[in-house]
Amino acid sequence: MIPLSSGPIPATADAVIIGGGVNGLTTARELAREGLKNIVILEKNYIGSGSTGRCGGGIRQQWTTEENIRLAQESVAMYENMSAELGYQVFFRQGGYLMITESEDDLPALRDAVALQNRCDVPTEFLQPGECLKLVPDLDVSHLKGATFCPKDGTAYPFAVVWGYARACHRAGVKIFIRSQVTGISADDGRIRTVHTDRGDIATERVINCAGPWARSIAAMVGVQLPNKQERHEIMVSESLKPFLDPMVISITNGIYFSQSMRGEIVGGIGDPSEPGLNGPSHFDTRSQLRFAVRFAKALLRYYPRAGQVRMMRQWAGMYDVTPDHRPILGGVPGLDGYYHICGFSGHGFMLGPVTGRKMARYISTGQPDDIITSLSLDRFEKGDLKPDAFVVG
Amino acid sequence: MSKSKVFLCCCEDVTLQEFRDAFTEGFTELESLKRYTGVGTGFCQGKGCLSEAAGELAALRDIPPCDVRLTNIRPPAEPLTFAQLATLDVPDPLDDPGSDT
Repeated sequence: MIPLSSGPIPATADAVIIGGGVNGLTTARELAREGLKNIVILEKNYIGSGSTGRCGGGIRQQWTTEENIRLAQESVAMYENMSAELGYQVFFRQGGYLMITESEDDLPALRDAVALQNRCDVPTEFLQPGECLKLVPDLDVSHLKGATFCPKDGTAYPFAVVWGYARACHRAGVKIFIRSQVTGISADDGRIRTVHTDRGDIATERVINCAGPWARSIAAMVGVQLPNKQERHEIMVSESLKPFLDPMVISITNGIYFSQSMRGEIVGGIGDPSEPGLNGPSHFDTRSQLRFAVRFAKALLRYYPRAGQVRMMRQWAGMYDVTPDHRPILGGVPGLDGYYHICGFSGHGFMLGPVTGRKMARYISTGQPDDIITSLSLDRFEKGDLKPDAFVVG
Repeated sequence: MSKSKVFLCCCEDVTLQEFRDAFTEGFTELESLKRYTGVGTGFCQGKGCLSEAAGELAALRDIPPCDVRLTNIRPPAEPLTFAQLATLDVPDPLDDPGSDT
């Protein structure tokens, strides 16, 4: 049962979570486990309708900063147990991530990344182009100069993850309202007081902004300026095929990524350096472009020519909520008690959401931030404490 | 005829009973029913089943069919092979203001 609350919005709540995606649902569930009662989730469309349900479902530990590697490692451990723990099949499959490059210039960075990941006990290895054929027999390696592979990376079905968490939330007493939009948030004396919605007001002392690409607008309701920018990224799915592709293949040269879902489809996207939101102001746009389909097809056939006769079924777009250093923003803001944000995942919210939700729930219930939350707090942008990761792809 | 043999989505083999079961499980919108059952995600991309599914959902929810929210229609209108797509020139990016769909 996917539990959706009907009837009126409650007049009071101990916490209101804005956003019914991976961040909102995991945080709500973990908050309930921490013992908080009367938790309400407000989702303006349907569960998973924002960035979560539009993403490629990849979960990788191949990063270039220790912080990202450790977070992703913890997240993979959660994904490994998720189906059993939620009592719901989330289709997590560890086919690994094969990161490929066409440039000799990338090789030192790839080798450094492997060394750092190995020091963190992530079993990544460096591969010569020919060695990739053991993993993906029909890969065209003629353009490749090298690759890295981590067998513990994988993919899950994003909708199954949010449905599974929604059920767990329901069992824990969390109320989920879909088609319910936040219209304002009132604070006074430096405290959150009321969340206003198109279905009525909720008196609460805690509001948790998990609104993904809408997080900046939600934060603005309480006068918090987020540096996040919204970018469109496009993705597609093919017809279903027999299993033929174990890993997620991802090129740091042209930004394509593609994997095979448990349903047999090729799921993949490609970054577009000409996308207006990348180099200019935010460009909130979830329409699809023929440009994407053509660029993806060309890049796919460059690496996997045998896919030529496979049909593309449909394409769509989703918004990344991008911060200046491509790291999420966690925590609260000084002088505004009861306001928290979990946003700015820059395209990696699905892979990190379960673990950041758990950390934030602990922080909200205990008031004690851990090192990660401190490191990812909003004030890092004022302090200039930016540690961007080099492996932002797609 | 047994209801278990009535197919709502012939591309993806979704029976009417499976669709109703999904509704009972709490998938009360076409967007979610599509992702849970696969209805409308096959070769016809919903052209053969979306109106039937909407009608069935209207009956299940006891609302007029015109009040059922349809799924977003996504390109291409007909599935195309990657080889066909790759023969096209890359169009310029759209630079109009955009929308939230």
